[in-house]
Amino acid sequence: MTQTNSLLPPLTERSGVLRWMRKNLFGSWPDAILTIVGALIIYWAVKGFLTWAFTIAEWEVVSANMRLIMVGQYPVKEVGRLWIALGFLVFLAGNSLAIWARKSYFVTILLLGFPALLAFLPIGDESRGWLFSLTALGLVGWGIGRSKPESLGKIVIFGWVISLPIFVLLTRGFTSEDGIMPIVGTNLWGGLLLTFLLTVVGIIFSFPLGVLLALGRRSELPAIRLASVTYIELVRGVPLITILFVSQLILPLFLPPNMTIDRVLRAMVGITLFSAAYLAENVRGGLQAIPRGQFEAAYALGLNGVQTMVFIILPQALRLIIPILVGQFIAVFKDTALVAIVGLLDLVGIAKTVLAQPDFLGLQREVYVFISLIYWVLSYGMSYLSQQLEVKLGVGKQ
Amino acid sequence: MGKTLWIVSFLLGASLVLAACGGGTAPESTSNGETITVVETVVVEVPAESAVSVPAGFGVTLETVRARGNLICGVNSQVPGFGYVGADGGYSGFDVDYCRALAAAIFGDASKVEFRPVTAAERFTALQSGEIDILSRNTTWSLVRDTELGGNFTATTFYDGQGMMVPTESGITTLQDLAGGTVCVQTGTTTELNLADVMASLGIDYTPAVFEDADSTFAAYAEGRCDAVTTDKSGLISRRTVLTDPSAHVILDVTMSKEPLGPMVRHGDDQWFDIAQWTVFAMIAAEEFGITSANVDSVRSSATNPEVMRLLGLEGEMGLKLGLNNDWGYNIIKLVGNYEEVYNRNLGPDTPTYIPRGYNSLYTEGGLLYAPPVR
Repeated sequence: MTQTNSLLPPLTERSGVLRWMRKNLFGSWPDAILTIVGALIIYWAVKGFLTWAFTIAEWEVVSANMRLIMVGQYPVKEVGRLWIALGFLVFLAGNSLAIWARKSYFVTILLLGFPALLAFLPIGDESRGWLFSLTALGLVGWGIGRSKPESLGKIVIFGWVISLPIFVLLTRGFTSEDGIMPIVGTNLWGGLLLTFLLTVVGIIFSFPLGVLLALGRRSELPAIRLASVTYIELVRGVPLITILFVSQLILPLFLPPNMTIDRVLRAMVGITLFSAAYLAENVRGGLQAIPRGQFEAAYALGLNGVQTMVFIILPQALRLIIPILVGQFIAVFKDTALVAIVGLLDLVGIAKTVLAQPDFLGLQREVYVFISLIYWVLSYGMSYLSQQLEVKLGVGKQ
Repeated sequence: MGKTLWIVSFLLGASLVLAACGGGTAPESTSNGETITVVETVVVEVPAESAVSVPAGFGVTLETVRARGNLICGVNSQVPGFGYVGADGGYSGFDVDYCRALAAAIFGDASKVEFRPVTAAERFTALQSGEIDILSRNTTWSLVRDTELGGNFTATTFYDGQGMMVPTESGITTLQDLAGGTVCVQTGTTTELNLADVMASLGIDYTPAVFEDADSTFAAYAEGRCDAVTTDKSGLISRRTVLTDPSAHVILDVTMSKEPLGPMVRHGDDQWFDIAQWTVFAMIAAEEFGITSANVDSVRSSATNPEVMRLLGLEGEMGLKLGLNNDWGYNIIKLVGNYEEVYNRNLGPDTPTYIPRGYNSLYTEGGLLYAPPVR
């Protein structure tokens, strides 16, 4: 017959569910005992959880407070603005997937279909409509990107660059109360919206700052090196919560009377400064992994110091540390939960206040399980996308 | 990168300066941490400008609030019954309603409040730095807070204190019923000492079951290892909420310690202090005279009692003396309600967060609520 047949393993090692189980789960007496004990523990835990989740848990606390958990006290009549801002992001995502990940159908379907999937949760009809529109918008973006992948690239990159300012502008508004887009104070931002903004701002601003600090630490100018080292070691030497405490509690005392800096802004700055110090060390690790020969080759080609860094060294260094960077970003995402301690109503903060509602007293488990699920889905999403990115860039293979 | 450095050096500098000049007053205060040093720097901000009768800070807060167009009220967002965010996104609670009453007194509009959730750690800083105009967040009135922390308590709105919770089916209604029983209590707290003192003075024989922390104390109670559990009443109601069946437990009508809670303002603006204080008094007085949000209009049109007339702004120009409009009292009652209405709305028998009124009754009914005369 053909060659593949002759390459099959001997009959005794061929796969099959039973054989696989026998080999991997019941290979020896200790294995068998471990398997049975392990299975019992899993069964017991899962059964307990599922029984609770489907019969005892009162999920009404979550559905009744869905808006609060998602956007905090953001005014109802302005929520459409957030959907539009989100729509812009999804549209860009559709574009980008079509242009840079043409073959990744699975990721595309997963990402663009996600909003539509959420629509099957027990939420209001209005949100359901918005969620379906998001998927539709993503698909339109994907279609457009697919038809003209070459010419659109730069426009889409520009779109991503302005996406954060647009998101913040739409969230905050810019007119007086009677205008088309009244200002919504940051004291009304909350829930996932606040967590999302803190995370995104933290990541986007700490990244360039971190790269600069890493370069500064490797600089040959003593003043710059000393400043970078001092900053990195000072900030890494204190917990994030103390930085948040300083920004929320101590800083206001130093400001002139009647001058207040927005609390959310203060938290954003705190998170950014903190994350930058860690990022700097990650980036430095990447820089150190680049062989000396790369610098020499670049100089030999006549590139100057800046060009060498920007075109030769940094692209390689950053590619190397993608897993570490994503780990750092996920950490930033979860660290934002600390702002609940200084009185901001992020996901965790809003969860605590939901628990104080007289109608839903004592439903800690339901609320916290739901919040954890949100954290997990988003963290795992980031992790999964980064793995796809690594595959695409061939990290670890080339 | 200079920012953190700057802050740190500023902190160091500030504590050095204070260490140099603070020797005379409180020797131990310099080694006591930043909280105290920082507070002292702020106190300097409000010197009496000259020998003129009106001090520098007088009227500043009201002016700021009016110019801004709303009141910024520091509240707790996580205590059932006292302050929380409802599913509709709006704040509710006993402390929250006080903020509304204050806004009603100033603007004639109870909705002109911006609620700022503040944590226990940041509440005093937020008040000192002017981030909030008033702190209405289950804060106990004490000497240190009234002096060193740079604030003034205006009046007690809720006499909290150590309470006792028992299972409803036990039939226990007084401390005497607990004779021979076991009481779960956290060790190393004033709660434990208070319990011992009160029970000893009443001559009740009981067994304390002590635990290291609050969680295990209440876990033991939940498992039925004690006949009762004790801590502050406002703590009891929030703890009750996490029991399997909250309605199967009742808080006894006894108070074993002093935890007076009330709104707090910054030092240095006596006018603002008066407004905050008399807002509380107006609500108490309204209950005393039987004026409610429902009947305030009819009472106003037919009032003959001079004090009621002054409270409702019909004579005496009391509001102007506070720097407000004369209908301030009317607005509080009409838009928010009297003390009883606010209490029952948030902590009354029809709510899941029921606390018997106890000391929080009018003095005429054996409680401690007593408003000075409006005249």
